[in-house]
Amino acid sequence: MNQVAKNMTETKQDTIVEVDGIAMRYEGGVQALKGVDLKIPSGELTSFLGPSGCGKTTLLKIIAGLLTPTEGEVRIRGKKVTGPGPDRAFVFQDFALMPWATVQRNVEFGLELRGMPKDQRGEKAVKYIAEVGLAGFEKSYPHELSGGMRQRVGLARALAVDADILMMDEPFASVDEQTRRKFQEDMLDLLSKEKKTVIFVTHSIEEAVYVSDQVVLLSPRPGQVQRIIRTEIDRSKSPDEIRRDKNYLDYVDDIWAVLRTYL
Amino acid sequence: MALRTLGRQTWLWKLMSFALFFGAWEIAGRIPISLSFPTFIETFIAFVRMTFNGEFATAYLQTIQPLIIGVAISSVAGVGFGVLMGLWRTMEWFLVVIFIILYASPVAAIIPLVTYMYGIGLTSKVIAVVIMALPLIVLNCYKGVRHTHPSLIEMVRSFQGSRWQEIRLIILPNASSLIFAGLRLGIGAGFIGVVLAELLITPTGIGDLITYHRSVADYPEMFADITSIIALSAVSLTVLLKMEFLVRPETRKR
Amino acid sequence: MKLNGKQIPIVYSLFLWAAIWELVGRYGGLAILPPLSAVFEAGVEMVPTDKFKSAMVVTLDAYFRGLAMAVAIGIPMGFLMGVSKTIDRLIGTWVNIFVSAPLTAVVPIFMVILGIGQATVIASVFLFAIWAIVLDTRAGVKHVNPSLPEMAHSFGASRWLIFYRIYLLAALPEVLAGIRLGLIRAVKGVVIGQLLVAITGIGELFELYSRNFLFDEFWALLLMVFAFAFATAEAVGLVEKRIEYYARTR
Repeated sequence: MNQVAKNMTETKQDTIVEVDGIAMRYEGGVQALKGVDLKIPSGELTSFLGPSGCGKTTLLKIIAGLLTPTEGEVRIRGKKVTGPGPDRAFVFQDFALMPWATVQRNVEFGLELRGMPKDQRGEKAVKYIAEVGLAGFEKSYPHELSGGMRQRVGLARALAVDADILMMDEPFASVDEQTRRKFQEDMLDLLSKEKKTVIFVTHSIEEAVYVSDQVVLLSPRPGQVQRIIRTEIDRSKSPDEIRRDKNYLDYVDDIWAVLRTYL
Repeated sequence: MALRTLGRQTWLWKLMSFALFFGAWEIAGRIPISLSFPTFIETFIAFVRMTFNGEFATAYLQTIQPLIIGVAISSVAGVGFGVLMGLWRTMEWFLVVIFIILYASPVAAIIPLVTYMYGIGLTSKVIAVVIMALPLIVLNCYKGVRHTHPSLIEMVRSFQGSRWQEIRLIILPNASSLIFAGLRLGIGAGFIGVVLAELLITPTGIGDLITYHRSVADYPEMFADITSIIALSAVSLTVLLKMEFLVRPETRKR
Repeated sequence: MKLNGKQIPIVYSLFLWAAIWELVGRYGGLAILPPLSAVFEAGVEMVPTDKFKSAMVVTLDAYFRGLAMAVAIGIPMGFLMGVSKTIDRLIGTWVNIFVSAPLTAVVPIFMVILGIGQATVIASVFLFAIWAIVLDTRAGVKHVNPSLPEMAHSFGASRWLIFYRIYLLAALPEVLAGIRLGLIRAVKGVVIGQLLVAITGIGELFELYSRNFLFDEFWALLLMVFAFAFATAEAVGLVEKRIEYYARTR
């Protein structure tokens, strides 16, 4: 897809998630978010980026329905979010794998909760385990895998339930640098096949620019939307070329210029 | 291959550690450190004799029965209470302090009172086992249930799991290691309780055998009695550990 | 539990239990369980008596002597197990057997060797308390961040200095946890020892009260022993919390 064509399709895309006047105050009185308005286009990858403690994970969990905001509401395709739903799947920063279950059972877990019959969900799990590149590890336990592999299990579990929206909370935070790069590339590859809307939380500028179509910059606590940057990078290039792309480097510099004022 | 040599080595170390202990015992008995301290060999001979002439069998028939009943009651009630307290705040508020006090206190002191209530029969022994074992089992189960990793709970919720699925598929399996630890502690405490009851109030079973051999100054026999009950408790705990491997397959590969 | 939206501290449940006890004691018709108020009265009357005071002195004496021995021997033993694999393998099995063994059965051995008296009680306290101290000290030493002794070594610290400045301080949280467990177990040891010996300290009192059906006094004594056990454990718990403050950055 060339640049122009891509931009054309983007403008036509519908909003899938609408964040409307969200404020969040925790019980102790900490104001995590204040007046957040945001539209997330369907079929794109949006990242939330900001200094630590800016409430980006809180925002993600509110969209996921895991937290209830003190003010405002989130709508998905026009319907108000009141809790987690089958249209969203979550990937956790600390993987949230069951240590007593094999990779296979962990990946099946979302389907198991929905009451899908055993052989059916088994088949599906095998497929997604292979897609995240873990074929052959079905019978391993999480403690036998590296951090990067564990997060692949978390990703496969989220993909297996076939939700439209994939929500990832700093999925690479506990993964070392080389694994992280490889994982980012694999993830982009996989997502281009899966056609999902992805919401991604990160504190790495490079990661945000590299993986997303739209970067939402949040200010320090209480978190507010500071800027929304649409990254127009030719993604048909190879990963290494992208990382040397002028546009890519400009976006990184721009964002850094904003973020450094928070230090 | 490397694993097998390692396995053989730990086996060898075990053997050496037993040899060291029994060797020290033999020397201490030969000095002797006390006129009532038999050598290891004398004790061992007494042990073998009592194993084969049925003295142990008769005694343990009386000791094991209350132990099994008491441990069974404590396990069922303990896991039940512990899990309920972990899941249900009102129950926690009502019971947790009581069990913490019972855990920290020498509940053995109640045993004379138990005798007053229930005489010197089986019931008293069962109660002695239960009051020693129950608090440990309850508190461990409670801790296991209460300290479920929050992100696992969030994970179930994000996949729209019901509260029942949350309990059955996450909270209980997650607590299983602490539940097993509680059962092990409980069985250990149950042994203490039953022996104490037999020494203190009901002259039956292995406790009576110890008291009898002490009174007639058959010290090798007395030491053999004591060794046998310690060995039995160690073996029971090892068996339980092996059972845990069966129930929790992920611990096997570690 | 909440009342009118406010959290009621968990210790308040004790008042509820006290009320239940009082009611059951008054109207339950159980001779064995007198009302709590009667127990308190008996306790107040009991404390100033000479019999009680001398029993307390004997009991506390055995408790602290046995405990001191357990700490003095248990910590070095656990330390050796933590630093030396050979020692760990040779005595580890036995420590693990004894920590959960029915040690009650060993008390009769003390009775025949040390005689029926204070020495046996001290030995019981020691035997009950030591194993938890050994195991926790061992765990603490094993968990010492290996770069700490290396750091000290690189600054030219002597072996002795590394031992007590690094290992002992770094393992302190676990050592204290072990001592706390030891304190709790030592109370059990002193009570079980005295119950079996039956002629000294509170063991004698328990024996006396239950034999003469003095249940008010029996419960009063029991509550005092429970309170003592609980208070000591909590006191060490407080020290532990302070230590954990720096332990977190290990």
